[in-house]
Amino acid sequence: MANDVVNIIVAGLGGQGVITASDILADAAFRAGHDVKKSEIHGMSQRGGSVSSDVRYGREVFSPMVPPGEADFLLVLAPDQVEINRPQLRAGGVLISPDAIDENTLPNRRSANVALLGALSKHLAIGEEHWLAAVRAGLPERLHDVNLAAFALGRAAAKI
Amino acid sequence: MNAPDRKLLSGNQAVALAARGLGVALGTGYPGTPSTEILEEFSLLGGRAQWAPNEKVALEVGLGAAYGGARALVTMKHVGLNVAADPLFTAAYTGVTGALVVVSADDPGMASSQNEQDNRRYAVAAGVPMLEPSDSQEAYDFLAEAVRLSERWKLPVMLRMTTRVCHSLTPVQAHELAGPAATPHFERDVAGRVMIPAYARPAHKRLRDKLAELAAWGETAPLVRRIEGDRSLGIITAGISYAHAREAAPGASFLKLGLTHPLPIEAIRTFAASVRPCVVIEEGDPYMVDAIRAAGIAVEGKAEMYRFGELNVGRVRRILAGDTSPEAPLPRGKPPQLCVGCPHRITFETLGKMGCIVAGDIGCYTLGVLPPFEAMDSCVCMGASIGVGLGLRHVLPEAEAKKVVSVIGDSTFVHGGITGLVEMIYNPPPTGHVVLILDNGTTAMTGLQEHPGTGCTLDHKPTGRLVFEDLGRALGIKNVHVIDPAKDRPGFEQLLADALARPQLSLIIVRRPCLLAAKRDLALARASEGG
Repeated sequence: MANDVVNIIVAGLGGQGVITASDILADAAFRAGHDVKKSEIHGMSQRGGSVSSDVRYGREVFSPMVPPGEADFLLVLAPDQVEINRPQLRAGGVLISPDAIDENTLPNRRSANVALLGALSKHLAIGEEHWLAAVRAGLPERLHDVNLAAFALGRAAAKI
Repeated sequence: MNAPDRKLLSGNQAVALAARGLGVALGTGYPGTPSTEILEEFSLLGGRAQWAPNEKVALEVGLGAAYGGARALVTMKHVGLNVAADPLFTAAYTGVTGALVVVSADDPGMASSQNEQDNRRYAVAAGVPMLEPSDSQEAYDFLAEAVRLSERWKLPVMLRMTTRVCHSLTPVQAHELAGPAATPHFERDVAGRVMIPAYARPAHKRLRDKLAELAAWGETAPLVRRIEGDRSLGIITAGISYAHAREAAPGASFLKLGLTHPLPIEAIRTFAASVRPCVVIEEGDPYMVDAIRAAGIAVEGKAEMYRFGELNVGRVRRILAGDTSPEAPLPRGKPPQLCVGCPHRITFETLGKMGCIVAGDIGCYTLGVLPPFEAMDSCVCMGASIGVGLGLRHVLPEAEAKKVVSVIGDSTFVHGGITGLVEMIYNPPPTGHVVLILDNGTTAMTGLQEHPGTGCTLDHKPTGRLVFEDLGRALGIKNVHVIDPAKDRPGFEQLLADALARPQLSLIIVRRPCLLAAKRDLALARASEGG
């Protein structure tokens, strides 16, 4: 029953857009028709500390938290947060680290979170139209062009 | 597929949406993680939402609204209910005319709190019904149910949520909610509302009668849900623990309790008799398992080690397997810190440099305890900095007493610090005392909420403002100063040194806006110009 659930952890530091990225990811999965649950800790995490967010989708999801060590995908926005979060990844799970994209090619470095979502998107069976709609819905209009470009760059850079 | 009107919402957003649908006339509370977004969202949806100075005042305002026949919603984090406990206990006696729902947002695991108290105990202690949602859909549905119960039994009802229910996004299908709210009006009911002992004695009996009726109703209520599965494992659970347990034991039989006070003991007895073993899965205190065992029902609970912290699927699997081997430690991430350029940094650098004994308080500035500052010596509850500082001054040898400083943020001062200042005037220590209000013009820790000291309402509109320096002077504090430490750092150090040297009472308002709030205010101003 829970076997078809896809488990993703997005991690980084406060201010990097971890929550925005996981919001967009959850919305894309939801638009694609899945049951979705997303969970993270707010509060103290806003002050530059470690932040991580769990996104799970599938036919029926119960717990909003990825069971320890069972992440299928780990997307990390800060290089120094990779090792801290690696134990969450299951054997054979996919790590998408900040070096999955070349930040210098981004129109704006602040959209690195969305670029990494682009890289992640190549691994997931969620139609591109849902991703693009979720990026638009999750960000103010003035940031749409920059982030859609970042998403496309990340998607093109993904090595599968 | 997901229907067009099915949305991904947090539990907090779901409560706000339901409150709007139910015609809640007034939402009030005090910001506190993980409850804060309920009122913010209710306001964005067009509801009338207010921040109160603290949870006690919020509950009293909500109670007044419910006496007036309206539907009222009062929100707070778990420790907020300690502050609001006084009105809660007697509100259970008086009951209400309209509806009063108190949201208690508990924080097992202490993601952003000073303790992990389990507020289910409050429902029992105060004698109020309690509902516990396990996801956002239930948060939405249970608020409606709480309003129905409150109106039917004329009782305040507690909606107990936890961090993972408040903040997780899960799908919500909105629908038509309970009939329209009544038009507020005043009905005199002296014996029911004026709790002198002569009226309170029968009121207590009435409360117990209502709870007995409610317990009987609860036995077959839809809030108590039985999910048939394998009879070789039965699980009794509620709240977020249900979500973890369904996943940890997908084949088991479940008794899922939406109503957790009063507990539907006969439904539990029947369920427990039909399965073997029967295990109670609950986060935090052994509240349900103790009550169920006290009723003579044989159930298994969890080992004491699982009382600490949040549950998750992995921990529930361990509980079910009877595994009490040491758990792998959670990865230690980077701790939070004061923002670069935060005005609190100067304050704590100065306090550290001067070797002060710092009675601290609750807020962003509690991070002054961590390196590189390490300039805080106590943090207990909202407002405690002043009382604790005074107590230390009363007993320490003079040389040490003269180093004691109470440090409190602006919002925290309004919440719980004012009576501390009154105490200081009334019982001044021989060495005097120094109180610093770190006034950054916002409730920063919980996400930049307004408070009476900012002079703006919850939705950032101008209103009456509490001026701390005026209050200090009116109370008769001799030395009241306002200073911006970033503009005049040597001046700030001198001011503090002078205050510590004097055997008098000093109130220093360290005023400089929070950087994040200043940025937010600029964006708001731009939006209103553009709008």
